[in-house]
Amino acid sequence: MQTAEIFAAIKTKFPDAIVEENTTNRDPYLKLKPEAILLVCRFLRTDPRLLMDYLACLSGCDYGTSHPLAVVYHVESIRFKHTVVLRVDLPRDHPVIESVTLLWRGANWHEREAFDLYGIEFSGHPNLKRILCAEDWVGFPLRKDYQYPTEYHGIPCPLTVHTLPDKDKQRH
Amino acid sequence: MNPERPILPNDIPNFNDDPLTRENVFIAKLDDLIAWTRRSSVWPMTFGLACCAIEMMATSVAKYDIDRFGSGPFRATPRQADLMIVAGTVSHKMAPRVKRLYDQMPEPKYVIAMGACVCKGGPYSKFGYHVVQGVDLVVPVDVYVPGCPPRPEALLEGLFRIMEKIKLERITDRTRERTRPLIQNPKVGEVA
Repeated sequence: MQTAEIFAAIKTKFPDAIVEENTTNRDPYLKLKPEAILLVCRFLRTDPRLLMDYLACLSGCDYGTSHPLAVVYHVESIRFKHTVVLRVDLPRDHPVIESVTLLWRGANWHEREAFDLYGIEFSGHPNLKRILCAEDWVGFPLRKDYQYPTEYHGIPCPLTVHTLPDKDKQRH
Repeated sequence: MNPERPILPNDIPNFNDDPLTRENVFIAKLDDLIAWTRRSSVWPMTFGLACCAIEMMATSVAKYDIDRFGSGPFRATPRQADLMIVAGTVSHKMAPRVKRLYDQMPEPKYVIAMGACVCKGGPYSKFGYHVVQGVDLVVPVDVYVPGCPPRPEALLEGLFRIMEKIKLERITDRTRERTRPLIQNPKVGEVA
């Protein structure tokens, strides 16, 4: 199936779940409401026309301090060789979304990584703890408003306090 | 001389004139002798943290063949190693482990900081929140080998510098203050 057909199938099934449909991007995506993600993913996984049995990538994103955080799902079907991109925006102060580990086991480490680096919580995840940083690490390093540590366990860090410049305006 | 009988000291009339002693007995300073044996078998620890480890492996295999200089046996335990080649980025999560491995090595022990990351943070020197800015913040370093990554020749040169250092050592100098740089060594947290 082409991307437009997959989008149409999702829209027919879940007309209320769509926030935005982007077809002009090089990688067209559907922006969904956070509460709909598990239902839509289950539909993608089980529908006989789609059979999207492979979660290629699940990534956290931060588009800048004045924008919400995002989770982007790249889902593929090994049988039909088609792919779809879903995106969900989450509030910066308390980003919570349902885990998709029940549908794709591979989501386990992807979600842990998004939790580790962006602080996005995945409810229903079997083992949601830091995967890359040390377990007592403070903060979520890939967030644009991350406060750099001054020292860790007695070892000094080079930047005392540093925040990355906000590149919101150039991006959007 | 009767070949059935062992040679006794009284059988040797003149130590310098007798060919048996002249060709088989050597006299050396104990310092030199011990330094010679030590520097001829500097065994490194099998221990690679990042991409520099690939160059370290290249140094140990046929083309560069670190075994020519007696450093072929990469030991899989710190208890049997003399040299720690810190090859690759040391993250804050890894730093206590590096410190622990260093502590487990028996004296005399040497450290080569291999690569830009290990020397001074390298490409992660400004925004690398997770990278220790030089492994000399954690363990004392004898030789720095810069490069990203250093070529095997550079690592071999670092090994030769270690050998030069061992050459200068005296067995009475137990703390090896003459050859070891004095490096600030801040407190490192316990392994989680």
